[in-house]
Amino acid sequence: MKYIEEFRDGALARQLAGAITREADRGRSYHLMEFCGGHTHAISRYGLKDMLPASVNMIHGPGCPVCVLPVGRVDQAIRLALDAGVMLCTYGDCLRVPASDGLSLLKARARGGDIRMVYSSADAVVLAQKNPDKQVVFFAIGFETTTPPTAVAIRQAAALGLKNFSVLCCHVLTPSAIASILESPEVRRWGTVPLDGFIGPAHVSTVIGSRPYEFFAEEYRKPVVIAGFEPLDVMQAIRMLIRQVNDGRAEVENEFSRAVDRDGNLKAQQLVAEVFELRKNFEWRGLHVLPYSALRIRGTFAEFDAERRFSLDYRPVPDHKACECGAILRGVKRPQDCNIFATVCTPEHPVGSCMVSSEGACAAHYTYGRYRDAA
Amino acid sequence: MSGKRSDYTRPLDIAHGLVDMAHGSGGRAMAQLIGELFARHLGNEWLAQGDDGAVLPAPAAGRLVMATDCHVVSPLFFPGGDIGCLSVHGTINDVAVMGARPLWLSAGFILEEGFNLADLARIVQSMAAAAEAAGVPVVAGDTKVVERGKGDGVFITTTGVGVVPPGRELSGRRARPGDVILVSGTLGDHGMAIMAERESLGFESPIVSDTAALHGLIETMLAGGADIHVLRDPTRGGLATTLNEIAGQSGVGMMLDEKALPVTQAVAAACEFLGLDPLYVANEGKLVAICAQDDADRLLRTMRAHPLGVAAAIVGTVHADDHHFVQMTTAFGGRRIVDWLSGEQLPRIC
Repeated sequence: MKYIEEFRDGALARQLAGAITREADRGRSYHLMEFCGGHTHAISRYGLKDMLPASVNMIHGPGCPVCVLPVGRVDQAIRLALDAGVMLCTYGDCLRVPASDGLSLLKARARGGDIRMVYSSADAVVLAQKNPDKQVVFFAIGFETTTPPTAVAIRQAAALGLKNFSVLCCHVLTPSAIASILESPEVRRWGTVPLDGFIGPAHVSTVIGSRPYEFFAEEYRKPVVIAGFEPLDVMQAIRMLIRQVNDGRAEVENEFSRAVDRDGNLKAQQLVAEVFELRKNFEWRGLHVLPYSALRIRGTFAEFDAERRFSLDYRPVPDHKACECGAILRGVKRPQDCNIFATVCTPEHPVGSCMVSSEGACAAHYTYGRYRDAA
Repeated sequence: MSGKRSDYTRPLDIAHGLVDMAHGSGGRAMAQLIGELFARHLGNEWLAQGDDGAVLPAPAAGRLVMATDCHVVSPLFFPGGDIGCLSVHGTINDVAVMGARPLWLSAGFILEEGFNLADLARIVQSMAAAAEAAGVPVVAGDTKVVERGKGDGVFITTTGVGVVPPGRELSGRRARPGDVILVSGTLGDHGMAIMAERESLGFESPIVSDTAALHGLIETMLAGGADIHVLRDPTRGGLATTLNEIAGQSGVGMMLDEKALPVTQAVAAACEFLGLDPLYVANEGKLVAICAQDDADRLLRTMRAHPLGVAAAIVGTVHADDHHFVQMTTAFGGRRIVDWLSGEQLPRIC
C-alpha cells in the first residue's frame, strides 16, 4: 500500500513525538483544536495521545457532518419517508442519528419507510431513474467536501429532466463553524476554553483552498495548519502549531500541500455557486442558529429542492437534557465530562449525535480511548 | 412377462428447471428433488435409512458437543467457495473448537420459489465435496420452499454433533492472565472476498475466501500436548469481537500487537479503500488459540507445520483487567481499545 504506509510509519512517529516534546515549552500548555472528525478519528485510532507530551491538549472540534446535524433536520427526512412516502436516500452514518420520538432513519425504515443507504449522490439519481413512479429524495449532508457531488447530482437530474428527484439540502460551511467557536463567549470573553490554534481541514480544504482561513489567523490571532488525515500528518501539524505559538506567529500554514493549495478547486467552487446560495440562517447542533452558515438550492433549480416540493417547515427540537454534545462540539466539555457518556449513551444506543459517527468525539473516545478514564 | 409396467417419472431438468412451490409440498415433486439432487450427492448409509430421523451409534466415551449455524450469505457463490461448502465448514468448526471430533451433520434448506435447480445442484455438490473431504457425513436433512420474494435464493442451516474425548477442557471461560493469544493465519479474507464481490471492486487478483474445515488443524494442535485453554473461530465480527467475548467470559483484559497481526496486502488495501478494519472482518477458516505462556512457541510451531496454519502468529497476551478491555499497541506506537463491533460493518456475509 504505497503512499499509505509511509504516512503511518512508527519510527518516524517516534522521531516526530521526540521533536514535539523537545520543542514544546515546558512552562506552558498548548490547546489545539482539530476541526475535522477525520483528524479526531486518526488521533484516536492510532493512539496519538499516548505519544504527545502531557502539555499538548487536543480539543475535538465540530467538523463531523452528522454530529452537527440538528434533530429537526433528521425529523424532516423521517417525515418525508413515513408521511410523504418518498424513497429517502442518504449516507450510511446518517441512518443512526437519533431524532424525535425515539426514532432514527434506521428505526423509521423498520416502520416501513423506504430508506436507502447510498455511497454517493449519483446513486440516488440512478435510483430515481430506476423508480419513475416514486419520489426519490437525497438527504444531502456534509461540509464543502460533499457539496460539489450534490451539485453534480442536481445538474444531472435537470439534464435528464427527472421529475421525481429532489434534494433535502443540509450542506454547511466550515468557516462559519470556526467563526462561531472563535466568537463564543467561552473563547472570546471568559477564556474558559483556551484555544491556541487549529488543525485545519484536509478534504474540505482541497475544495475551498487555504485562503478562507487567513481571516481567522489575522482577525483572531490564531494559527491554522491545514493537515492531511494520516497520523503523521496530524503529528507534523501539531509540531508546526507549537512552533507558531512559540514564535508568537498566527499564520495559515499548509502541511497537506500534496493536495491543497491556496485557491482550492475552482471548478468545484463554481459548480457549487451555480446550484446553491447562502441560507440566511441554519440551526447547527451544539452551535445553535448561525447566520449565513449553510447552503440552499437556488431558485433556478427550485424543482429539485425537497423543502419546496414537499412544503416542509422546519421545527427546531431541543437536545436531550442530559446530552452534552453541544458543549463538546464547542470544546467546552470533553466526552468523559458528560454524565451519560458510556452509560446511557453508547454507540449501540446513541443519545447525542457525537456518539453516532466514528468521527464523532464521543464515539471516538468510547471506541478507542476510554481505557484512560478507567486508569 | 409381468403385466406391471415400471413407473416412469420425467427426470428433474436440473440444467433449466426452477424451484417451485411443489418442491416443498411433501408430494412426489419433493421426493424427486430429494432423490435426484440431495440424496444423489450427499447419500450415505444413514441418509439412506429414509426414516424421520437418523439412528446413530452412541459414542463409547467422552461428552457430546452439538452446534448449529444458519447461513444466509449473499452472493451465494464467491471466490474461494459458496454457501454449500461454507455451511459444512462453519458448523464443523463450531464443533471442533470445543475440542470435539465432529461426527455428523444435518442440513436444512429454505429455498425460494424460482431459484435455479442448476445453482442448487452446484451448492449441494459443493456441500457433498466438503463433507466428504472432512469425513463428516450429512445424515439428516429437510427442505422447505418459500414464495418468490420471501427468501434470497437459498438459506442453509446445518447442525453438527461431535465427541470430546475424556480429559479435554476448552472454554471461553479459561483464559488466564499471562496466557498468550495466537491466530492460525491471515485475517479478514472471507469478509473482504464477499465485500469485493458485492461492491464489484474488481481487484486484479481477487481476494479469496478462507473457508475451510479446521478440525484437522485442531486435532494436530491438541495432540501436540500444548496447554490450550481456549479455541474459537473468529467469524462474524472478526477477531476483535471474538476476543471481546472471551475477555468478558474469562474476566480478563488483553493486549494485542498490531504489527504482529497477519493481514494480506490485498485485504489491507481493500479495507483501506472501504474504510473497514480487518480486525472486525469475518473469517471462515481461521481460529484463535489462547494457551499457557510456556507452551506458546511450541504451539506456534505445530500450527505452522499444518497446511491451514502456515501463517499462524502470536498476536497478543492476556492480563488482569477488571474492565475486560481488549487493547492494542498500534503499529504507529500508540495504544487504543479494540472494542466490540458496533452496528453492522458489512452486509450478510455468512
